[in-house]
Amino acid sequence: MEAATATVRPAAGRGLAIRIGRRLLHHSLNVYAALALVYLLLPIAIILLFSFNDPRGRFNFVWHGFTLDAWKHPFAVEGLGDAMRTSLEIAALSTIGATILGTLMALALVRYQFRGRAPTNFFIFLPLASPEIVLGASLLSMFLNLGVALGFGTILIAHIMFNVSFVVVTVRSRLIGFDRSVEEAAQDLGANSVQTFLRVTLPLIFPAVLAAGLLAFALSIDDFVITNFNNGSTITFPLFIWGAARVAVPPQINVIAAMIFLVTVFAMILTVWQQRRAEKLASVRPEPEPVA
Amino acid sequence: MEAVQRRKGLLPYLLLAPGLGWLLVFFAIPLGYMAYESLKAGTIDTGFSFSWEFSNYTHAISTYKEQFVRSFEYAGLATLLSLVIGYPLAYVIAFRGGKWRNALLLAVILPFFVTYLIRTLSWETILDDESWVVDTLKAAGLVSNDGRVLDTTASVVAGITYNFLPFMILPLYASLERIDHRLLEAAYDLYGKRRAVFTRVTLPLSMPGVVAGVLLTFIPAAGDFVNATLLGTPRQAMIGNVIQSRFQVIADYPSAAALSFILMGLILVLVLAWARFAGTESLMGSEPR
Repeated sequence: MEAATATVRPAAGRGLAIRIGRRLLHHSLNVYAALALVYLLLPIAIILLFSFNDPRGRFNFVWHGFTLDAWKHPFAVEGLGDAMRTSLEIAALSTIGATILGTLMALALVRYQFRGRAPTNFFIFLPLASPEIVLGASLLSMFLNLGVALGFGTILIAHIMFNVSFVVVTVRSRLIGFDRSVEEAAQDLGANSVQTFLRVTLPLIFPAVLAAGLLAFALSIDDFVITNFNNGSTITFPLFIWGAARVAVPPQINVIAAMIFLVTVFAMILTVWQQRRAEKLASVRPEPEPVA
Repeated sequence: MEAVQRRKGLLPYLLLAPGLGWLLVFFAIPLGYMAYESLKAGTIDTGFSFSWEFSNYTHAISTYKEQFVRSFEYAGLATLLSLVIGYPLAYVIAFRGGKWRNALLLAVILPFFVTYLIRTLSWETILDDESWVVDTLKAAGLVSNDGRVLDTTASVVAGITYNFLPFMILPLYASLERIDHRLLEAAYDLYGKRRAVFTRVTLPLSMPGVVAGVLLTFIPAAGDFVNATLLGTPRQAMIGNVIQSRFQVIADYPSAAALSFILMGLILVLVLAWARFAGTESLMGSEPR
């Protein structure tokens, strides 16, 4: 690209103008991309900033002054702590459930050729292609018709349902390059299939499972639409915000959001680090051909 | 020996059974119940009873045509804006990111780490009548002095675009990053002008990303009701708002179920048309090795 620019060399003045023009074009794309990033990140900066706001009145929309009050008493708002606890419980349980169900399915789909594979793939893709409001509304229709009491249990059921497909997709994409000869080696050395799975397969696919679990946890703790249809009187953190949005938005909501944000970023960086380490460990194995 | 063979044959089904069972009972069967619900007649006081009430559908379409049209307009507009905003960013990260690539990608998904509702509320802060963003827009003459940004079509579309933008950028990046740079070099060696190299090599090769990104953005956008509620007024109500209020406020379940089905059907038709137009490989996962 640079070479193409350098070959154009007419008289000094015009050449310079053209070069500046090209430069501008080259940089304008970078500037455009930078502005897009600002658009993505500005709201996060605002959320973090307004967790230090000292709002007059019930809504935390206008800056009035700096205070640490909300950070010192994050659960001072009635109901916020309970909502957060419910969210964490549902996120943890639905992550465990969806990760187990989804990982088993991903293993079946990647490693075995069987009748009905293509329709199964399509069926797993369907929940991902349905708008959340339809998933939530249809589950509610079933619970209403069967007379199931809405609450913690129905939220958990819904969260496992929408998370399973995400786990399958995540684990499957990482399993595709999986080297099966190590498993064959384990079985040749006398390990039975359970031992092979627990001591060879599972440690190798663990980074993928961890990434899927992290995604499931994040999706669960963030879900509003589907939960909103199936919660009964149980309140999760997003539902608490929804209720608050019409009545009063205290800065504590920003504090909790900031905490979740920081913990997730930390977990994310940890996963990436763990994956790099796993890749490094894997690369210690002698390569079949010398690295050039 | 035969027993071992049979066990091997059964194993994939055993691995699939629990997950598929869950999806069957809590995803597929509920759709059946929603169909059943949508054909009931009655009121919340007298109770609803099943009676093949197909008029629920025709009635839903004629009453809420405006909201349906608006939903697809807003979703289409937001998808287009996401593409326009996201493609150059994905391009810069993929081709000019260098060692900053992963950090930049992390920046793109950072919004997902903040609860969806709070991200949307944050736009309420940014576009508030007294905010510096609105002051700047007024000073620049883009908004009249007594005009508002919040509670308009612009704020709702901006919110939807914002919330689903990473869904557009990630598949775009994935397909751009996969492009073999030797192909681009070959194009330049063959005296391709920059514009030609982009439109005839880079862009076609990134189409799977565009196809996936458009779907991942459009589908959730068309069913959204959060942005229209928090950043708009009833004049910006989308079909999601109608479904939500008919289910939860008015408790007219049959009409809400019918509306949900119509929404799903319309989205399905658009998705299939788009897939046909763009090719299906990028939609269904990859084949086994």
